[in-house]
Amino acid sequence: MAASHTELGFNGKVEGEVIVSRADAVINWIRTNSVWPMPMGLACCAIELMAVGNGRFDIARFGAEVMRFSPRQSDCMIVAGTVTYKMAPQVRRIYDQMMGPKWVIAMGACASSGGMYRSYATLQGVDRIVPVDVYVSGCPPRPEALLDALIKLQEKIKREPAAKNLFVA
Amino acid sequence: MATELNIPDTAAKAAEAAPDRMSLSMGPSHPSTHGVLRLQMELDGEILTKCDPVVGYLHRGDEKIAENMTYNQFVPYTDRLDYLAPLANNMAYAIAVEKLAGLEVPARCQAIRVITAEMARISSHLMGLGAFGLDVGAWTVLVHSLNQREHLYKLFEELTGARFTTSYTRIGGVSRDIPDGWLDRVGGFCDQFLPALEEILSLLTRNKIFLDRTVGVGVITKEDALAYGITGPNLRGSGIALDLRKDKPYSGYEQYEFDVPVGSKGDSYDRYLVRGEEMRQSVRIIRQVIAKFPGGDWYAKDARKIFAPPKDKILTSMEELIQNFMLVTEGPQMPAGEVYFEAENPKGILGFYVVSKGGGVPWRLKIRSPSFCNLSILPKICTGILISDVVTLLGSLDFVMGECDR
Amino acid sequence: MPVASQAATALKAKFPSATDRASSDHAACNVPLAEVPAVLQFLRDEQGFDHLADLTAIDWAEGASPRFTVVYNLYATARGEYIRVAADCTNDLEPAAPTVTHLWPGANWHERECFDMFGITFEGHPDLRRILMWDGYPYHPLRKEFPLAGIETVLPDAEIAEVTKTPVIAAPMAGGPFVASPGEINMADAEPSAKDQSWNERKPKTD
Repeated sequence: MAASHTELGFNGKVEGEVIVSRADAVINWIRTNSVWPMPMGLACCAIELMAVGNGRFDIARFGAEVMRFSPRQSDCMIVAGTVTYKMAPQVRRIYDQMMGPKWVIAMGACASSGGMYRSYATLQGVDRIVPVDVYVSGCPPRPEALLDALIKLQEKIKREPAAKNLFVA
Repeated sequence: MATELNIPDTAAKAAEAAPDRMSLSMGPSHPSTHGVLRLQMELDGEILTKCDPVVGYLHRGDEKIAENMTYNQFVPYTDRLDYLAPLANNMAYAIAVEKLAGLEVPARCQAIRVITAEMARISSHLMGLGAFGLDVGAWTVLVHSLNQREHLYKLFEELTGARFTTSYTRIGGVSRDIPDGWLDRVGGFCDQFLPALEEILSLLTRNKIFLDRTVGVGVITKEDALAYGITGPNLRGSGIALDLRKDKPYSGYEQYEFDVPVGSKGDSYDRYLVRGEEMRQSVRIIRQVIAKFPGGDWYAKDARKIFAPPKDKILTSMEELIQNFMLVTEGPQMPAGEVYFEAENPKGILGFYVVSKGGGVPWRLKIRSPSFCNLSILPKICTGILISDVVTLLGSLDFVMGECDR
Repeated sequence: MPVASQAATALKAKFPSATDRASSDHAACNVPLAEVPAVLQFLRDEQGFDHLADLTAIDWAEGASPRFTVVYNLYATARGEYIRVAADCTNDLEPAAPTVTHLWPGANWHERECFDMFGITFEGHPDLRRILMWDGYPYHPLRKEFPLAGIETVLPDAEIAEVTKTPVIAAPMAGGPFVASPGEINMADAEPSAKDQSWNERKPKTD
């Protein structure tokens, strides 16, 4: 019996048309490859976020191209840009409106730690108001860095005890 | 954790004042507000009766930060004002401080700055165009324009080391000379860009849906545009040919031939046409710069106390090492005085008002941002229009909140 | 040193109380605060300065008198000329200035910004409230006594503040930007990480 945090996948050697797997593996497989991001585009990083969504970098290769501006339809908030104190409550409110399970990527130095804006108006890291799963460094991060963050997030999702959480929540 | 819907106070107050009107808050997280603008609207059916823009959601304290660091240290912050055209911001800031120092930069440096600023203009207008198309329902335009922007990013990266937060200028010059063959590649970009631009514009210019949604929508009259301090393509769309590159040439713009496009009606469609034509004119300027690209220095040699000495000198010569040390710790030594310099940025006129008491740190640095002024007209022109036209209007104004809120 | 211009000369002829202002680029004049609307109207209607490029204020440090100066940068679109008009606020504790929104509606947001950042009240302004910081923010950030790092206060949204237990905190400066002050610079005071050290060239080592 594998521990709940180990990565699970399909057993390719199946008999007939029946696939035997664990609920965790199936749920996580689905969730991993259909991350719908909520683009919380606040500042400069939002421009790189758009670049990631388009032609050259093409986030669709990782199943996360469905940018939804409605928090109800998305499950991964990409906080792209400087979060100011004036904006912070709105970010939190949008996070609260998202359906679980939900994840957060803090894209760029500002979202991760306040970055170069050590000033009276800037929230010093979005992790003060929402739980962050992946931090991306860079000001702004290159599109490849954001893709890497997405892959890291997918690896994290794969290791979650999804079936257990279903009944807990 | 579920929270109850909390109606902001302004909305509650508006509802009390006019119970038969609907109060609607659009933004600060909304796809068509291009960032974190919020519009507090009052609706009578689908018609806006009042519109109160709420800005400041991206106020990061740039002006206060500027008062606490040396002139050179502030250059990276200017990147993040209008993050669609950082190179143009860099140039405006550098020229403002150079005016304070009474410094003339050599012709080669001016040419580099002009070429990068015009590339930044193309990059910014492409984004504005793409986002505008997206707002009125044309996704394809964005895909095409982002593709062209990637070509520009590649050139920026080769020149400055970053895709768009470039921090390229220094007070008295630029951070490094252009790489070998870079001009050829810029020329190559121009050659493939013009046909591509025609293709992008052909998706919109005679598009029936686009015409229906933009012609006659969001008209800004000449008088209003001037009274509200509108600048840039939005002002020229209203028929006023104010372009500081022509009227108050800086950085050697007087050597180049280009036309200033103006609109006739001041509606959203005119603003779109002006932006399209400005990109063609930018290509024209870039080609002229390449054709007569001057040699010589790319930083001001006489600026001994202002511009950092070359790196190889710092490492081998005592005097240059001391000079560099003083520059880094105390900042470039500026005389006391005050200057106000404005540059024609893609979004409009970007102004820097620098007040110095001497020393390496500005006493006050005010940033006059075009988007801030351009947005201030919203309460006036949004009244009485359809809510769906607000989206068109915002798209055609082409603002960027990083610069509006600073 | 003052810069000569025809418009400035005409201004001084019309308003004898106007004086030259030191400037490194454009013509500039100091005028008494009460005459600002009249001066600007004269410049707009008779001298062709039809574009209010910028409206801002300067804080000349706590304790200085006059402490606040309101500055107007005007541009004549027809002939490409700038002029700067500055006026000192008479009251250092509760600065106030007359509004110019009736001349340029675009001054509305600029004046709101000045009020927000410096606490200068613009008399006659149609809708004077904060613009960049949120309603109810207790300080005026661009005043010189206000620290760059900010002062601890509460988040704009009480409900979210309660859920997240996050106040508006003073930003950490150590390891952050190099912080210097104009005029006098001492390295130990300027570099935040040096401040954290137990001793430096000014403060003797204690143990």
